[in-house]
Order: sequence, then structure tokens, then C-alpha cells
Amino acid sequence: MTAATAHQTAGPYWHLIDFPEWADLLRAGGPNEGIPGPRITLTGRITDGAGAAAPDAMVEIWQADAAGSYEPPFHGFGRCAADADGVFHFTTLRPGSVPGLGNASQAPHIVLAIFARGLMKHLVTRAYFAGEPRNAEDPLLAAAGPRAGTLIAKETAPGSWRLDIVLQGDGETVFLDV
Amino acid sequence: MPDTQPPAYRRPAPATQPAYDSPAYGSTHLRHPKAPLLRMPHTLSEVTGPRMSQGAYPAEADMTRLPNGRVVMGERIIIGGRVLDEDGRPVPGAMLEVWQANAAGRYNHPRDTHDVPLDPDFTGRARVFADAEGRYSLTTIRPGAYPWRNHHNAWRPVHVHFSLFGAGFAQRLITQMYFPGDPLLALDPVFQATPDAAARDRLVAKFDLGLTVPEHALGYRFDIVLRGAAATPFEDAGHDDEGH
Ligand SMILES: [Fe+2]
Repeated sequence: MTAATAHQTAGPYWHLIDFPEWADLLRAGGPNEGIPGPRITLTGRITDGAGAAAPDAMVEIWQADAAGSYEPPFHGFGRCAADADGVFHFTTLRPGSVPGLGNASQAPHIVLAIFARGLMKHLVTRAYFAGEPRNAEDPLLAAAGPRAGTLIAKETAPGSWRLDIVLQGDGETVFLDV
Repeated sequence: MPDTQPPAYRRPAPATQPAYDSPAYGSTHLRHPKAPLLRMPHTLSEVTGPRMSQGAYPAEADMTRLPNGRVVMGERIIIGGRVLDEDGRPVPGAMLEVWQANAAGRYNHPRDTHDVPLDPDFTGRARVFADAEGRYSLTTIRPGAYPWRNHHNAWRPVHVHFSLFGAGFAQRLITQMYFPGDPLLALDPVFQATPDAAARDRLVAKFDLGLTVPEHALGYRFDIVLRGAAATPFEDAGHDDEGH
């Protein structure tokens, strides 16, 4: 048995594998063209422990389809480079709730993975949706306790969701040990 | 609802992964979380992951040949190996994205201002897939070392960046491959951030005469290990789940 390979930072030049169209999961000619579901955008700003933007960050998402399935045909993967202000922006479908452990279910959520210079390993978190009644029964939101709000995106306009990511300090995002 | 629990992934072996708070690497100071990460059991959201097909993500296995027919400057090399899990099982279909500096030690990237030549048209990226036995191979040039501003007279050892997608999103891995005998390894805060010496050594490719192609290119072997399945809580410890 060999232990898993050590992570190493993605560094500041990971954009050589950036394909900006991947940030739009519903793009024409993309893998999800024509798949039904409520169209949303998910945006947010990534800041460090001094409140400065992280303009070199890379964000990836993984999510279920509108019915809560991770299976094809929906390809729930996207990647987005933070801009000069540390802001990422995805266009996707609002996911359905997905099965949890045992008989539990999980409230609708999008998994986020954040890579950057200064992150030896990517950070994993989730975006839930404010106002979603199933949030009240979600095991992970319960486990996050008083900091659960850092996992809940706000709707800033119909279909437009925002979740800022604080890497360190006041209002620090709950990151997951997955 | 599935009628069986998804198998979880194994937790990292002690000291085999770098800490977020790695003080010798200055950029970690303001970017590492201060609160402990929230430990969570793996759910479908962690054990599923995107299926990266070559139809949607075309392979480009040779960085040295440009679309205009020119061959890039540098010492041509072949990098190959296997993508396995911690139990030694292949991870067929794993997608590998690879990026690197040119032979002079500069990335084809607007923010890289190192005062050495850019190689016109060299993008410095590749994308390959592991086959049924987990094998992958790509052709590139040996990149150059480059300076960074982490500390006085700081130079990154020669390295190639690797990004991997396995079966589950919890297997997602970005790492760096280094070259044997590089004197900069001992001085590099990124490489040295992993406490376990054997784990660090596995980031260093091995020269491989079997991968070397006569009259063409030296071969380097770099095997990559993704997380394996953990024993489920419903089974005896040590009995690995066979679910994926
Ligand atoms: Fe690099």
C-alpha cells in the first residue's frame, strides 16, 4: 500500500489550464446544452486574511442536476479563474437535493474547490441556497453550527446567487476536511 | 436513493501531506484557514465526480509539436507512469492536465516577467488520460528552474505541474513532479512542506531507460497515487470496500 501523492500548490500560473468557457456549464455546444432545469449564476469574491482579493485563485464546482442526480447526462463540473478583484462567476443549473448517509437527504448544494498560490492543497467548501426549507435538515449545515452562514449563498437578484469566500480571519468560510 | 452507502475515501496517512500553514512558504501566511477544517463523512457529493471523456476533453499528449509544425526549443523528454489508488489498483480514465515553464524557466503567462526568452507559440500544457491499466504518457521538454520572490535568492526546483481527476471529487489532486538530483529540492519550501521524506521522494520522477526512446528522448517515470477506498464502518477494520 502506498500513501496518496502529496498535494502541491497550483501556483500563480495555473491559467495555462484555464478554459474560460468551462465557467458556463450551460454553454452552447457544451456538455449540458438542452438539459432542463432552473438556470442560475453563482458568483463570489475570494479574500485573504488581510481582506485582499485573491486574483490568482481557481475555483472548481461539482454539483448534481436539478433532480439531484450526479449521473450523466448532466455534467456538473465547472472551472473559473478569479478576476483581478478576486471574483468568480459560474452559470449553471440550480441543483436538487441529493441523498445523504443512511436515510438522510442533503439540502441542494454545490461543492466548491479553491486552488491558489499559497494553498498547499485546495480548500473545499459548499454553497447552499438561502431560503431553501431543506437547509434546516441538512447534516453538514447542522455540524457547521454558528458558522453555517458562511456556506449559504444569498440571492441578489432572481436566479443570481452570491457566496463570498474568506480564506482566513473574521468571517472565515467553513472549509471541509473531506 | 441508492440502497448501499457510497464507499468513503481513506484519510491521509500521517505526515504525507503538506500543511496549509507552511510558514516557510510566504504566500500561505494570509491564505491558510485559522479554524480547524470541519471533518465530515463522505457523501455522494464527495465520492462522485465528473467523468472526463476524451470526446469532451480532447487529449493533447505532445507539448513539443506546435500547430505550425515547429518543434519547441529544449531537451525533449517523455514522462510516463501509472495512476493508481492507495491499494495499487489502476484508476482507468483518470484525466491528467499538465502545465510547465519553457526550457528557459518562463511560463507562457502574462504575469510571468522572468527576464529570459519566451519560446514563441509554446503553450506549455498537455492533457492525457490513464488507460485501463492506469498508464499515461506525454512528450514535453525539460523545463527550466525559475526565481520567485519567496525569500532572498529563491529558485523553484525544476518541476512540472500535474492536475488529476479520478472517480470521485474527493480524489481531486494538483501536485508537482520534480526531477532527480536537483540541488534546489533541499532549499524549496514548497517541496519541503511535506514532512514525510518518503512522501516527498515520491514527488521526484525517476529516470527510466525503459521509457527512453533511442535517438529521440529521455524517459522519466512518475507514478501518481490517488486516495483509495476506506473500509466502511459496517465492515471489519482492514477489509477494503470493493465498490469503486
Ligand atoms: Fe511552477
